[in-house]
Amino acid sequence: MDLTTAYLGFRLKNPLIASASPLTLDLDNIRRLEDFGAAAVVLPSIFEEQLEAEAIEIERLTTAPSESFAEALSYFPAAIGNWSEPRRYLDIIRRAREAVAIPVIASLNGISPAGWRDYARMVEQAGASAIELNAYFIPSDLRLSGSQVEDAYLDTLKAVKAAVSIPVALKLSPYFSALGHLIRALDAAGADGFTLFNRFYQPDIDLVQLRLQRDISLSDPAEIRLPLLWIGVLAGNVHAALAASTGVDSADEVVKFLLVGADAVMTTSSLLRHGIEHMRTLVAGLERWLEARNIESLDRIRGKMRRGAMPDPTAFDRANYINILSSSDLHRSPDLDR
Amino acid sequence: MRGVQFLEPLFEFSGACAGCGETPYLKLLSQLFGDRAQIANATGCSSIYGGNLPVTPWTKNQEGRGPAWSNSLFEDNAEFGLGFRLAADKHLELAKTLAQGLRDKLGAALVDEILSAPQVQESEIRAQRARVAELIRRLEALAEDPMAKDLLSVVDHLVRRSIWIVGGDGWAYDIGYGGLDHVLASARDVNVLVLDTEVYSNTGGQASKATPLGAIAKFAAAGKRVARKDLALQAIAYGNIYVAQVAMGANLQQTLLAFREAEAYSGPSIILAYCHCIAHGIDMRLGLHQQDLAVACGYWPLFRYNPAMRAIGENPFRLDSLRPTIRFRDYAYNELRYKALSQLRPHEAEELLTMAQAGVDEKYRTYEEMAGWAPSRFHPAPGAA
Repeated sequence: MDLTTAYLGFRLKNPLIASASPLTLDLDNIRRLEDFGAAAVVLPSIFEEQLEAEAIEIERLTTAPSESFAEALSYFPAAIGNWSEPRRYLDIIRRAREAVAIPVIASLNGISPAGWRDYARMVEQAGASAIELNAYFIPSDLRLSGSQVEDAYLDTLKAVKAAVSIPVALKLSPYFSALGHLIRALDAAGADGFTLFNRFYQPDIDLVQLRLQRDISLSDPAEIRLPLLWIGVLAGNVHAALAASTGVDSADEVVKFLLVGADAVMTTSSLLRHGIEHMRTLVAGLERWLEARNIESLDRIRGKMRRGAMPDPTAFDRANYINILSSSDLHRSPDLDR
Repeated sequence: MRGVQFLEPLFEFSGACAGCGETPYLKLLSQLFGDRAQIANATGCSSIYGGNLPVTPWTKNQEGRGPAWSNSLFEDNAEFGLGFRLAADKHLELAKTLAQGLRDKLGAALVDEILSAPQVQESEIRAQRARVAELIRRLEALAEDPMAKDLLSVVDHLVRRSIWIVGGDGWAYDIGYGGLDHVLASARDVNVLVLDTEVYSNTGGQASKATPLGAIAKFAAAGKRVARKDLALQAIAYGNIYVAQVAMGANLQQTLLAFREAEAYSGPSIILAYCHCIAHGIDMRLGLHQQDLAVACGYWPLFRYNPAMRAIGENPFRLDSLRPTIRFRDYAYNELRYKALSQLRPHEAEELLTMAQAGVDEKYRTYEEMAGWAPSRFHPAPGAA
């Protein structure tokens, strides 16, 4: 059974990747993920503002007392200056690379062009196999136009690409007026991959305490349809690799994503829900699905149901929507009958 | 404790760092005993902010009374303070002899009252002051009498002095330790206040023998691998020394009791006071909260060992803090001195943290056990049961 997959220039043993989460912050977890079949891991995002805040706090605690008292100029060993949160993250990259043979992808979330660029350089030097830019940005500033937002993505990508030589992928949200157009522009600007999609953790309201609730909900298979749609639309139309990243819980979702053209399939929610060993279940499930159909190579099915490969591409589009609405099945729905 | 806040502080406007953990203890000392205190101050932070000449935060009240304060050297502060005690005792002895000699001229009733008056409570001190004021008035009427002149020169000693030996952990645990031990063993009535920041704060955070296991400090940049010295247990071992461990941020009332008991105890006493410090790498606005956590995790148990309790057949050791309610980590990792090691050398930090937790657990068990001992389990002390 040939599950090998090309992703960001790597030849992966299969298409399954453990996406960015607190799980991959732990070296033992990374080792176990490799043992259970993960073909690559993405480390948790390094958030520029967190790093800056941490650095400022350390700076404040160590240097604010300096020269404040008549008798001493400083209060901590010089070595404390070597400590910073990026250093810790970089250590994890180094140690993970030493510990496993699979690619270790660093995830960055910046807020300034300099931040993106500088941290990208640092993670490259630390040995990251590739970088995933976690473009987690909500344009809540109502003065920002769509083109300004898109330009910011492009500028970021260009800055990072200019700064590093390792592959750079972008993890995007679906919330753009013309996502395909943006992705083509990013593709032309040199993106090596796209991870679809980033899920924004949206606030809820706690009605007892009357405050925002920021709990994290895991994704479920019902959510695969949007990335399924867009990967199906994009596959074959961009040079960059495509990774699916929402709603994977079983091998079924993995197969579906591969059928619409995903090069790789990422999951975190299923691992958090079922444990790290679930990675083995996903790989085995994929193999079983292929075996049942006497398919020996993944490449034979990848992209076979992408929009461009369908006999009727409109199945992905508006016309299909109209067909659904007018189908008798829907009209028989008890909800609509009421 | 609230009542103490109505007492006038005779320590004010020091040059200490904002949020200093030491100065509240000195302020309390000055409020309680400042008008009759003599303070020998070891070199260190407290000698710098306490005597940044030509100004000093030590002041006097409307009656003109305030602490007499001086700083000798780092290494001889305990002996320096013992010298205060010996001098005061000698002056008192002389004053008593002269007063006896002038008993008939000064009025037997007044002299007898002065020589036998109890002087433990503040009200008793004030009553004695009134008597001595009357004595001075009568002595001034005998100005031509050489004995009266002599007595006038030492008459103030008839009001009990409060001798304090103050310093940091660098002094008490390290550089002045030999002298401190000698003075504690002298059985003289001195009060020692150790302002324990667990590092040489004044010179920039060098490790002392009070620096805890697992914390980084200058000269212990890879984390201190030796446990801090238990000065309290060493002092308790003598049997006749009043020993208290306090943390104002954790228990104000216990701190107040310890100061009062230590001062009232007629032998040597030592108070180990937890002082948060900029050298710990904390937000100094939260210093008192951090003190509370130090106690809550069992790292800094609060206790009082009062030899006087043995006279009534009681266990002299009172454990004033509860069993740990949080882990040592929850206290320590609020501080840069511990947290930095976990970032710079995570494996060593984890190893040291495990050792530190075991040490904290064991230390608390030891104290808890001592709190349940029969009084006879402690080393016999003169006059004690």
